Amino acid sequence: MHEAGYNFAYLDEQTKRAIRRGLLKAVAIPGHQVPFASREMPLPYGWGTGGIQLTAALLGREDVLKVIDQGADDTTNAVSIRRFFARTAGVATTTRVVEATLIQTRHRIPEAPLAEGQIVVFQVPIPEPLRWMEASERETRRMHALKEYGLMHVSLYEDVARHGRIAKTYDYPVMVAGRYLMSPSPIPKFDNPKLDRSPALQLFGAGRERRLYAVPPYTEVNSLDFDDHPFTVERWSQPCALCGATDSYLDEIITDDAGTRMLVCSDTDHCGARRAERPAEECTP
Amino acid sequence: MYVSVKGGERAIDNAHRWLAEARRGDPAVAELSLEQIAGQLAGSVDRVMAEGSLYDPELAALAIKQARGDLIEAVFLLRAYRSTLPRFGAAEPLDTAQMAIRRRVSATFKDLPGGQILGPTFDYTHRLLDFQLAAGGAVPPPAERAAEPVAPAMPRVADLLGADGLIEPEAADDGRPVGDLTREPFRFPVDRDVRLQALARGDEGFLLALGYSSQRGYGRNHPFVGELRIGEVAVEFVPEELGFAVEIGTLTVTECQMVNQFKGSAERPAQFTRGYGLVFGHGERKAMSMALVDRALRAGELDEAVQAPAQDEEFVLYHCDNVQATGFVEHLKLPHYVDFQSELEMVRALRAAAGRPAEEPEDA
Repeated sequence: MHEAGYNFAYLDEQTKRAIRRGLLKAVAIPGHQVPFASREMPLPYGWGTGGIQLTAALLGREDVLKVIDQGADDTTNAVSIRRFFARTAGVATTTRVVEATLIQTRHRIPEAPLAEGQIVVFQVPIPEPLRWMEASERETRRMHALKEYGLMHVSLYEDVARHGRIAKTYDYPVMVAGRYLMSPSPIPKFDNPKLDRSPALQLFGAGRERRLYAVPPYTEVNSLDFDDHPFTVERWSQPCALCGATDSYLDEIITDDAGTRMLVCSDTDHCGARRAERPAEECTP
Repeated sequence: MYVSVKGGERAIDNAHRWLAEARRGDPAVAELSLEQIAGQLAGSVDRVMAEGSLYDPELAALAIKQARGDLIEAVFLLRAYRSTLPRFGAAEPLDTAQMAIRRRVSATFKDLPGGQILGPTFDYTHRLLDFQLAAGGAVPPPAERAAEPVAPAMPRVADLLGADGLIEPEAADDGRPVGDLTREPFRFPVDRDVRLQALARGDEGFLLALGYSSQRGYGRNHPFVGELRIGEVAVEFVPEELGFAVEIGTLTVTECQMVNQFKGSAERPAQFTRGYGLVFGHGERKAMSMALVDRALRAGELDEAVQAPAQDEEFVLYHCDNVQATGFVEHLKLPHYVDFQSELEMVRALRAAAGRPAEEPEDA
C-alpha cells in the first residue's frame, strides 16, 4: 500500500504523462537532451530529483525497484530514495540486480549484466557534456544541432598534450549512435563500456537542469578517444578484499590512523552475491 | 575491520528524531505558534512566500517553524508543497494602480498626485538595539491616524511620465498566455514574463548582490526609484464557466518601478526606460533589486553592450533560484567516493609518470 493523500508514486498523472512523452522523444533520438518541465520534489535538487521523476513516471504496481548510490544499496541517499518510493508507491524493492525491473542509480552501473526488459535510470547533475567548455545553453544547443564537437576533442587533446593521457576519469564523454555527444552522468569511465549495446533501456534524468535523455537497448555508445590514445578503464593491482573479485570497480577504504587501505567492491550486491556463493571459510570477515 | 560510511534506515530515522528534538529546543520554553510567527516575524513569512511562490502566510509560518527559522529550507518546504497543487489557470493582471496603499514613496518627484506615504518602514529608524523589547511585555502605542484617508486616486509615477512620452510605453498585452517556468523549462532567450517570474521567485540575497553590482559599474543603468508602493491588491479570476472576472482574494504586494536613463540609439530617441519589481508581501529590498536586475537584463533589447553578470540572462536566471542552488551545493555532502576513487587513481598515475611516487612527501 502507498501512503494516502498522494498520488501513486507521488507525481500527478498529467506530469507523469508529460515525462513519458519526453522519454519517448528521448528514445527516438538517442543521446539528445530533451527539455522537460521538471517539478519541485520533496527531495532536494542535486540529490536525484531527475532520476526520481523518471522513476515516478515509469513505475507500475508490479515493478520491483532497486536504488543504488556509488554502487551500494545501503548508502544514505539510496536508502532515502528507496523509502520515498516504498512510501509513495508501495512497490516491492530489492537489492538484487536480477530481481529488479527498474534500477535507479547514481554514479555507477551494476557489475552484474543487465537483461532485456530492465530499465536503468541515471541521476544526472549536469547533462551537458560541453558545459565546462561553453557556459551558454544557447551555444551548446547550437553545437549539438550542428554536431559541432570540436571543442570536446580539443579538450581531450589538451589533456594528452599536458599529461600524456586523457585525464578524464568520470563523466567521460561518449558518442551515442554516432550522432550525439552525451554525458554518461558521473559514472567512472570503468562503467562506460557497459553503456554500449546494453540490452537494458538506459534513461537519464536531470531535474535541476530540466533535461532527460536516453540510450535505447542495443545502441552503440563509444567513449571518445584518439587512435594513438585509445580509451582504457581503471584496473587495480589487488582483488576485492572481501569477495576476491578482480573485474569489479573497487573503492578504497582507509582502515586506521596510519592510512592503511583496503580495496572492496563498490557494488555491494555484486560483492555480497559472490561471497554467498563461496564457502564460508574462504571469506574474509 | 571493514567500516564504511553507510547509513541504514535506523540511522536516518534517529537523525531525524534528533533534528525534531533540536527544533523544539528547551521544552520548558513555550512553543512558537503559527500566529506568533505570521504576526511577529512577518518579514520572514513574506520572504518565504515570495521565494516559495505561494501566497499563504499560515503555511509559510508552518514552514518557518518546521525549518527552525532557516528561510531557504522553509522556501523549499513551501515549493515542494506547491508543486502538488493543481493549477487552475492565470488570474487577471493585478491592477496595482487600484492598490489599497500602505506605503508609497517616489524618489523622482518631491510631490505627486496622491502624495508620499511613508507607511511602516525601517527607513530613518536609528539602528540601536532596543533593550526594552528584550524585556518584552510592552504594547507599543498605536500610530496616530491621519485626519483624512489617503487619496483614492494614486496614479503610478511611471504612468505620469508616460503621458509626456518621456518614458517608454508599457508593452501592450499581446493576449498570449503568460509563461510559467514551473510548467515549462527555460528556452533562451526567455520572454520578459518568464524572466520576471524567475526574478520574483529568485533569492533576495542573490538579486540584491547583482542589483548592487549594476550600481557599482557592472552593467550600469542609472536607476531612480520612480515609485515604490506597498499595499493590498485584489486578485481577479475568470472562471471559464462564468466568462467574467470574480474577485478571489487579496494579496499584499510590493511594487517597484525603477526609472532608468537611456541615451537613445539609432532606432529610438532618448527616453527613460523601466525596470520592474513585484514581490509578495512587504519586500522593498527584493522588489528594488528585482527592478534593477530586470532593467539590466534588458540590455540586449536596448542595444546596450552585454558585459556584466547582471546583464547575462542565462547567468542570472539559471542561478537566482535558491532551492536549486542550495540543493546542488549541498549535494556535495553526498558520497562521491566512486568519482574520487577515479581521481585518486589518475593523480597517482600522473605522479608516477612524473617520477614522483604518491607516497613520497613533497619537499617543503
